[in-house]
Amino acid sequence: MISRRDFLQVSMAASAMVGASGFGNWSRLAAKQSLTQDDLLQFDTYGNVSLIHITDIHAQLKPIYFREPEINLGVGDAFGHVPHVTGADFRKLYGIADGSPSAYALTYNDFTAMAQTYGRVGGMDRVSTVINSIRADRPDALLLDGGDTWHGSYTCHHTQGQDVVNVMNALKPDAMTFHWEFTLGSDRVNEIVEGLPFAALGQNIFDAEWDEPAELFKPYKFFERGGVNIAVIGQAFPYMPIANPRWMFPEYSFGIRDENMQAMVDEVRGMGAELVVVLSHNGFDVDKKMAGKVSGIDVILSGHTHDALPEPVLVGDTIIVASGSNGKFISRVDLDVRDGKMMGFQTKLIPIFSDVIAPDPVITKLIDEQRAPYINELTEVIGQTDSLLYRRGNFNGTWDDLICQALIEEREADISMSPGVRWGPSILPGQDITREDIWNVTSMSYGEAYRTEMTGEFIKVILEDVGDNLFNVDPYYQQGGDMVRIGGMGYSIDVFKPQGSRISDMTLLKTGESIDPAKTYQVAGWASVNEGTEGPMIWDVVEDHIRRKGTVHVEPHENVKVTGA
Amino acid sequence: MDFTRRETLALGAGAAVMAVLPFQVQAAADDAIAEFTGGADVAMGGVELTAPEIAENGNTVPVSVSAPGATAIVIYATGNPTPGVATFNFGPLAASQTASTRIRLAGTQEVVAIAKMADGSFAKASSTVKVTIGGCGG
Repeated sequence: MISRRDFLQVSMAASAMVGASGFGNWSRLAAKQSLTQDDLLQFDTYGNVSLIHITDIHAQLKPIYFREPEINLGVGDAFGHVPHVTGADFRKLYGIADGSPSAYALTYNDFTAMAQTYGRVGGMDRVSTVINSIRADRPDALLLDGGDTWHGSYTCHHTQGQDVVNVMNALKPDAMTFHWEFTLGSDRVNEIVEGLPFAALGQNIFDAEWDEPAELFKPYKFFERGGVNIAVIGQAFPYMPIANPRWMFPEYSFGIRDENMQAMVDEVRGMGAELVVVLSHNGFDVDKKMAGKVSGIDVILSGHTHDALPEPVLVGDTIIVASGSNGKFISRVDLDVRDGKMMGFQTKLIPIFSDVIAPDPVITKLIDEQRAPYINELTEVIGQTDSLLYRRGNFNGTWDDLICQALIEEREADISMSPGVRWGPSILPGQDITREDIWNVTSMSYGEAYRTEMTGEFIKVILEDVGDNLFNVDPYYQQGGDMVRIGGMGYSIDVFKPQGSRISDMTLLKTGESIDPAKTYQVAGWASVNEGTEGPMIWDVVEDHIRRKGTVHVEPHENVKVTGA
Repeated sequence: MDFTRRETLALGAGAAVMAVLPFQVQAAADDAIAEFTGGADVAMGGVELTAPEIAENGNTVPVSVSAPGATAIVIYATGNPTPGVATFNFGPLAASQTASTRIRLAGTQEVVAIAKMADGSFAKASSTVKVTIGGCGG
């Protein structure tokens, strides 16, 4: 049996050393020229089981740029702990040199300059090369997809997810769990899942009418690998019917359901599972809390909140692995399982530097086949940007500011709102903005841009409500998105206050006047969860705006003041 | 986040009501609980209350209660104008003291389950259920 002390030793070795986490051997290389595919893939095969984790791809089949967050605040027990550490603090924590490849991959500073040195990241053809390399070391490695896979691009939208399904099937995953997939509508999700050549898992996917486990999605699946009986339990995003339109999948209910998770862990242990892996779309803080409440989980592969951590986080005897988003990383997790116990682990977060890792030509061809029918629409240049466009962060990124400005100008509104989603690649200064780029940050099945009247009081209710979904001290009450993005209005937020008293100083920017609770304002926004929302599609609004401007320039905004952090 | 005028009004009204009501409704809940227990001490534990952390639909929130050895379990929605939402009585031949139902919640609030045990003692469990506008997932 593994003692707590052994675990701590392994963990400490991982923090200090190259060998245990595989992190560090490439982090100090100064330039791309000295970074090789062999450096990125180097791993001394360990133990008897390998897991490969990829999550939150958001349909990004081709290499992209992706800037990590500058602001990622943790509240309550999460304050100051990963993943709520960014920039220089993050580099210090993991011993990452400024300007190094890992500084580029994992932090936001000097993003534009380093992007020009190190190039794009991701691409499912590069991911395939890495998976093939791991499978060459360990042919029976399990490939596990954490979900948010069939959503987020022009081709994904137009093929109802089929382009991504075709490419992912070629990578031969063993199991998957879900979130945005359900926004394709339950008929389409059911249709795809019925034909999937691998397990579709979610112990918390229930039939809404009867509050019983949904038939189509199994709670877990057993795999025998390296002589080890492995149970993989799925955990879908708990708050789909709240964060996304419930009317698109009315037959399904979700929730965290940690009591059922415990029942499933006990059930698989009773059936002889020697290793219990949870493939989760909870979000990192929820996974941390769940690991402390549910006993008997060895590994949680964590998705949803798009965090990329070079080392696993330990909660009791459970390790939590977070593998980023948009195809930018995959995690390799090697485990030593003996006598029905996990005795040790070695992990490596592998950044997919697309100029360093050779593409797998079979997958490149397959991706290009999916894109071919749409290639003219995808590649049409709509305009240029002379400043960095990015999204990730608790508050407005420049992409959001551009979208909010488009809503105000094209829809003649006082105030605009854009959802605090965490997907969407970045665009460098000087780059063309293509139609594909616009869809990468706006594509969804409920993209109608509404225009409506709201009172000042109601706008505050919305900000307080969304703020509490992000900054509630109990992770089980968080939904894992970022703050709703606001255009045309400034405000202050104290993230440590309770709901109802976080937001103050709401100001209408065009006049400089305070927002009057009783007054009515014209508000434009998109991605409403309500059925029957009307308006032009957001990607058309943004395209019209960029086309009219020709070249866009967006300075980082100053309209949200964060206090208390 | 588009709202029909009716929904906007309902939500706006709900928010306004939320700000004013808690004292009154909490008092109503305390009164209702005191009526059931006769003012006796209520111990935490001994009852299991399962409710979602965030309601998918505030109009129909699934809750279940279980208290081995109970003769009755009452569920209170402490933030509703009428807090007592369900009473389950268990006879001596009941195979288990477990029940499930769906309740309507006026807004974010504490849901409380109080069980009366065969020996006349009382046990309590509570859980906060959040009712939110939603939207904006990751």
